[in-house]
Amino acid sequence: MMLFLTALAVMTAGGAACLLIGRRPAASWVGASTCVLASAAVLAAAAGAMISGRADELLLPWPIPFGSFHVGVDGLSAFFALVIALVCPAAAIYGVSYLKPYQEKKSLGRTWFFFNLLIVSMLLVVAARDAVLFLIAWEVMALTSFFLVMFDGEQAETVAAGWTYLIATHLGTAFLLAMFVLLSGDGPSMDFSRLRAASPAAAGACFLLALAGFGTKAGFVPLHVWLPQAHPAAPSHVSAVMSGVMIKTGIYGLLRVLTLLGAPEGWWGWTLVGVGAVSGILGVLLALAQHDLKRLLAYHSVENIGIITLGIGLGLIGASSGDAALAVLGMLGAILHVLNHAVFKALLFLGAGAILHATGSRNIEQLGGLIRRMGTTGATFLIGSAAISGLPPLNGFVSEFLIYAGAFGALAGKPGTGAAALPALIVILALAMIGGLAAACFAKAFGMAFLGEPRSGAADCAHEAPAGMCLPMIVLSALCVGIGLLGALAVAAAVPAAAVLLPAADVLDLARPARLWLGYISAGALLLLVLAAALAALRRRLLSGREVGRTVTWDCGYAAPTARMQYTASSFASPLLGSFRLILRPDLQVQAPQAMFPAAASLHTRVEDTFERHVFKPAFRLVRKLALRLHWLQAGPNQLYVLYVAIAVMALLVWKLR
Amino acid sequence: MPIAAIIQVLLALLLAPLLPGVINRVKAFFAGRCGPPLLQPYYDILKLLRKGAVYSRTTSWVFRAGPVLGLAAAMVSLTVLPLGGTPAALAFHGDLLLFAYLLGLMRFVTMTAALDTGSAFEGMGASREAWFAMLAEPALLLGLAAMAVHTGSLSLSGMLDGLALADIRGPGAPLLLLVAVAFTIVLLTENARIPVDDPNTHLELTMIHEVMVLDHGGVDFGFIQYAACLKLWALAALLTGVLLPPPGGWPPANMALGVALILAVAVMVGVIESVMARLKLVRVPQLLVAASVLSALALALVLR
Repeated sequence: MMLFLTALAVMTAGGAACLLIGRRPAASWVGASTCVLASAAVLAAAAGAMISGRADELLLPWPIPFGSFHVGVDGLSAFFALVIALVCPAAAIYGVSYLKPYQEKKSLGRTWFFFNLLIVSMLLVVAARDAVLFLIAWEVMALTSFFLVMFDGEQAETVAAGWTYLIATHLGTAFLLAMFVLLSGDGPSMDFSRLRAASPAAAGACFLLALAGFGTKAGFVPLHVWLPQAHPAAPSHVSAVMSGVMIKTGIYGLLRVLTLLGAPEGWWGWTLVGVGAVSGILGVLLALAQHDLKRLLAYHSVENIGIITLGIGLGLIGASSGDAALAVLGMLGAILHVLNHAVFKALLFLGAGAILHATGSRNIEQLGGLIRRMGTTGATFLIGSAAISGLPPLNGFVSEFLIYAGAFGALAGKPGTGAAALPALIVILALAMIGGLAAACFAKAFGMAFLGEPRSGAADCAHEAPAGMCLPMIVLSALCVGIGLLGALAVAAAVPAAAVLLPAADVLDLARPARLWLGYISAGALLLLVLAAALAALRRRLLSGREVGRTVTWDCGYAAPTARMQYTASSFASPLLGSFRLILRPDLQVQAPQAMFPAAASLHTRVEDTFERHVFKPAFRLVRKLALRLHWLQAGPNQLYVLYVAIAVMALLVWKLR
Repeated sequence: MPIAAIIQVLLALLLAPLLPGVINRVKAFFAGRCGPPLLQPYYDILKLLRKGAVYSRTTSWVFRAGPVLGLAAAMVSLTVLPLGGTPAALAFHGDLLLFAYLLGLMRFVTMTAALDTGSAFEGMGASREAWFAMLAEPALLLGLAAMAVHTGSLSLSGMLDGLALADIRGPGAPLLLLVAVAFTIVLLTENARIPVDDPNTHLELTMIHEVMVLDHGGVDFGFIQYAACLKLWALAALLTGVLLPPPGGWPPANMALGVALILAVAVMVGVIESVMARLKLVRVPQLLVAASVLSALALALVLR
């Protein structure tokens, strides 16, 4: 525990030092090095907590009403701390090089202060054992990330994204506040150990409040609308932290509250499976429709949060129906997917940042051919793409496999009678659709950005990112491969967390078969790599000494193809999106070729977020209209306001003396 | 046991190129032609392996890695499939997922290799492949789920133990029939056969699978052809080896029967290709959704 808190102190001190250093270039070094150092300590502390299996706690008095400085690290906290401490230092190292071009224009010290404070607050969120402390850390997390999003505050788009984020996150916090008040009853303290639901109905209400509050942070559809705006607007290493790690604190919060609510009821799991399926499928569909690479990745976060939620939902259904095997597989899959998604999503955002750094563009329609100009970024982005599509031998497959295995097991276990049969079916169908769509989406994203011929001058002149940016990407892609090959080992790290969530089950014992299956998968993955290496060697051997020529791409005999004749991302996605046009309702602007000798023709497709357009925009317009009705209250004269104060004091007096 | 498992993978590696040969002979028979020799695919692959290569200047290492990874994935997918009642080398709870996602990996590397050429035709092929695969995936997984419920096993090899010969005539018959039809549609889609795709079409605009490999030649194309044969074998083995219980008895005889059934699937594909035309492209999704519905129906039957 002391190690953990020392690490937090080091990181905070580093952030404060950055603030003092201000504009000087040393700020980046101080910020990143304290972040890396402290993360190493947090990793050690988390690993220690996982291995020892003891929940480490510390309680300090604190002069805040209802609050106490109560922190602890158990299996669940340790796992999320591990995720934070794995991804954030990679982003920090990357940030040093990434922010260099901004050195003259902006105060980097301030950015690093917020960056380090964001990490500290996330670690505090997962370690807090007191609702007041939790909410304070939660708020610091929201504000620091808001300031990081506003890094490019001169652009109107960024400002709009920042405000959307700020409003969304505070609406979410309002739900959390209500939930904690409901949980604490009327006691004097808000310590987690004291929080419990008074009745099953209260527990259900708390579950729904947690779903809305934490779901806003995690990005459940339809509460996700801030995510695809805010994540692209932030600097890329911050996007990596926000999309890879920060939204997972929403998942953590949901899981932590579930441990406080006691035995889960069946409909909680049903709700989560429904939310997960909708988030997963809509997330990937909307991702497929995007041409902005970072926006596309942000929508994929919604999809992966959906997959995680499917796992949690299955776990709850298993726990409530007494199917311990299902509960363990669902929870293990969800928890492991938290780690896996953090790794590959951070990797992909860093790759997108390298592209932005090199070409100044996030629009994949303007890119192309980057793999021959940015070899390392291309290779690591390809690994990340395959991993997020859930393909073996990479890490995404391992966690999706666990969730799948739970669902299949629930179906096959007891035909006809299982309460879990229908949700399990939904999970299988959702995962199958998500898998196919995600592979299509990343074939598009990787293919259009990195393959073929450059579609713009900027892409043609692209250069590889500096070593400081490549190294974190290499490390993260190595993690993707490593977890994919050693799935059984990764599950061992998730077991203590699942044990916290399922106190009634013997998780270690129930996870044993899953580790065996993952052992088989490792064997298959290893075989795949060995065969690929052998075949590559065979190919090289066969081709050595033979004539290997180079020519233009075959275009039905046309020998002078231009980059504009390539397939575009829009056309690639068009048939897939066409199958779902009833849900997505794409805007088409078609200027069809006219007459015998057409001079010009154009086609623009744009898919707006259905929820943003049809739910939130009308809702906020209504709020605005109602608020304007109250405008007369705030007419301007100071005397009126003094009158308000006087009336309020009078009313309070009357109420108190009654 | 492990020896039998290894033998069946070797059998697949050895006999897979026979399947396109059989299909072509059946089609020739229906057309009243002589047709190419039965072993023509072997000759083709061997010839390709002896050639040099020509690469487009647009391509990168992704283009060269595609065939290698695709063939490796196809080979690994064979190790999870049972043949004639003999369990696979990698038989475990959930191996059906490894199988489905290895097919996904194969598709992904083919699509990226196609996009690497920068050709509009290959981009179009990749787009269509992604489109159809997205629709075929639920059919495959729901069908496998129905089988898992019916047999109580999550392993392709274990499913056979849960099936009895009596099942084919008894209560399991409607289920098996529905799944068999769904899997047949998946097989035709995944292997780019009529009515989804026509391997013999000569127009780039109308191709799906073939257009994605237009720029590959020599050794790479040999790998691709061989991987396509293995994929056809794998899906045929899934169709026959999982749905049809072996009669029991002497293992080598069972294995021979398994091979004969896979060849029978090739004959069936040849007949389908001879008696019907290719569907209009916009009709294909309807066929694939129908396959998913059949699988879902099978699942509803067995969960009832």
